[in-house]
Amino acid sequence: MSSSEPKLDRRSFFRASLGAVGGLAALAAALEPLKDFDRSDLTLDQFLQKHYKEMSAEDMQKVLDRIEKEVEKRYDVRPEIKDVKPRDGVEFVYALNLGACIGCRRCVHACVAENNQSRDPEIQYIRVLEMPRGSIDIEEGNHHYERPKVPSPDHFYMPIQCQQCENPPCVKVCPVEATWQEPDGLTVIDYDWCIGCRYCEAACPYWARRFNFTEPSIPKDDLNPNMSYLSNRPRKQGVMEKCHFCLHRTREGRMPACLEVCPVGARKFGNIRDPESEVSKILKNKHVFVLKQEVGTHPRFFYYFDEDYGPAIHGEGR
Amino acid sequence: MKEYLRFLGRCFALSFIGDWRYRLWMLILTVIALVGLHSWSEQLVHGLITTGMTDQVSWGLYIANFTFLVGVAAAAAMMVIPVYIYHREELHDLVIFGELLAVAAIIMCLLFVTVDLGRPDRFMHILWRFNFPISMLAWDVIVLNVYLLLNLHICGYLIWCVYRKRKPSRVFFIPFVFIASVWAISIHTVTAFLYVGLGGRPFWNAAIIAPRFIASAFAAGPAIMILTLQVIRHYTRIKVLPGALAMLRRIVTVSLAINMFLLGSELFTEFYTQSAHVVSAKYLYFGLDGYSALVPWIWVSVFLDSLALLILFTPGARTVRWLNISCAMMIVGIWIEKGMGLIIPGFVPTPLGEIVEYKPTLNETLICLGIWAFGALIYTILVRVTVPVLTGRLTFDKDLPMDVADSPEPALIEKESLT
Repeated sequence: MSSSEPKLDRRSFFRASLGAVGGLAALAAALEPLKDFDRSDLTLDQFLQKHYKEMSAEDMQKVLDRIEKEVEKRYDVRPEIKDVKPRDGVEFVYALNLGACIGCRRCVHACVAENNQSRDPEIQYIRVLEMPRGSIDIEEGNHHYERPKVPSPDHFYMPIQCQQCENPPCVKVCPVEATWQEPDGLTVIDYDWCIGCRYCEAACPYWARRFNFTEPSIPKDDLNPNMSYLSNRPRKQGVMEKCHFCLHRTREGRMPACLEVCPVGARKFGNIRDPESEVSKILKNKHVFVLKQEVGTHPRFFYYFDEDYGPAIHGEGR
Repeated sequence: MKEYLRFLGRCFALSFIGDWRYRLWMLILTVIALVGLHSWSEQLVHGLITTGMTDQVSWGLYIANFTFLVGVAAAAAMMVIPVYIYHREELHDLVIFGELLAVAAIIMCLLFVTVDLGRPDRFMHILWRFNFPISMLAWDVIVLNVYLLLNLHICGYLIWCVYRKRKPSRVFFIPFVFIASVWAISIHTVTAFLYVGLGGRPFWNAAIIAPRFIASAFAAGPAIMILTLQVIRHYTRIKVLPGALAMLRRIVTVSLAINMFLLGSELFTEFYTQSAHVVSAKYLYFGLDGYSALVPWIWVSVFLDSLALLILFTPGARTVRWLNISCAMMIVGIWIEKGMGLIIPGFVPTPLGEIVEYKPTLNETLICLGIWAFGALIYTILVRVTVPVLTGRLTFDKDLPMDVADSPEPALIEKESLT
């Protein structure tokens, strides 16, 4: 049927081998940077880890133990990592009094410390805009104001973080369900499931999501050892993160770090399903509004003006 | 089965055989692809910080090239439609080169998405928890991969049959050809919907984006085909009848004209209304608050597209040479307009009004060049193997053609004018 292929003579065999060896050498040279790869990041256990929602209690315990060891190895601090579940009958809501906020950015830095964000490059979940009086158009806000004293008499201040939307576009777009909304309204991320496509970051109308463009770095002494799986455990390179209303605190009845640090009490947080909670009363009695109502996300983060503009307490505007 | 493995082995061997120009071309492409691989290795180790992307502009060159190439892939298979619906037999043999281009383009698309991932090691998560049908990216993964398989099947089956000197059974490929041509529209529509579906990005959240995608793809895709076909007919025995080029020329002209019309409609809506949504378009075309990195690019694109259209409409310029020039111009023009010109302004300013510009780094540029070179390498090999099969020089009962004499009969090279 078929005729035989031309036989390889010695010379062409030599040339072919030379070519193959040269090709392999070039390939090895191209892959050379991979020798610096952090192998602790690519273990079989991590590779086989299941999605958060598919893990049994035992699975989760094993994973938590493993992550505790990984964190200890890296930071010389033995953390306590929990998987704090949402409570029945709870739906968290934030309310922020724009009349009171002085723009001191203490919330920004308290958040970074509490939630073990990378310090270099620094990742911040809260962005405070300095707004000219007479406008609530966020496009007119100044992101990078630096003042020896805040507030400036001509401005008011608008901190923006994850709005924990009822209809979150970020959850809709994620191709692998690495981010979802919990029963208490918090949108969370499984940092071990995220593939880093950053589609959620493009989808968010509030610019609330952050990406780890490189391996996060946190000084060992600054690590907050009270952690939970879905919130402030250290993240890895190449995954998304964002504000989760400090769920490791708030699900256990405490207040978010940004609220605790606020010197003027501009931040209010609580359970909207409890009619006696402070946020329920604010939503009932104050003129509240949400950001970008037109995009249909139904935020759980409300803004209101409690009183006239005016300085209350002075702080540094760093 | 054994015969099929032998076929693959012979194709592999054949891809190393060629004259010095072929070898030089392949060598250059291989070197560029390896440089790209080196840069990707750097990126894998240090993270996407090696790119110019930031939290503010979180997609860049990778997604821009991806978007452009989806269009190329879609349009390449679209040449099928006139062949089978209008029985334009002169295009018959050429369709296969279009589908091969689609294969190469889709492979490049998949590579561009892969290098854009922060955690490519977790890609298989898509198999365990797939957010279908809610996430448009999930849709895109499906339509692109199915499209790749469809085109691989069609080309592979036809070439295999010719190689075995069998008559292709219509049942095994005609239905797939039709599915592929409809599917071609779907891949580009779904890719447009990736952006269109984002309510927080008004620059993308416009219904006109999907039709514009299709129009620009059906200009750039056949334009690339026109240039490729001429390389093929200059260096091989495959005959490209002038009628085929004329047909492609008509497709390109109409598509480019529609694209320009849709662009005009979009610009009118943005700039006449002057609503808050105009900021991104303003940034793109005129610059915003002193930031204007994209302005020269987009005007080059507008200029190239308009000039290409003008040439195509000029009766005195109906020669192959002018056709080539206008095709080259519109490919570059559409690459700018649909790549950087679409992706970057979607992020500038951010949803909170901050302006951060994007400038690609050397490392990510090298990765992009590497993927383009790899795609060209794949396409060259596919064509290299297909040509001798189609011309009957490589069949299962013949020796491997060791020479490079696939060159055409001289008469065909002469310059023809298009009618």
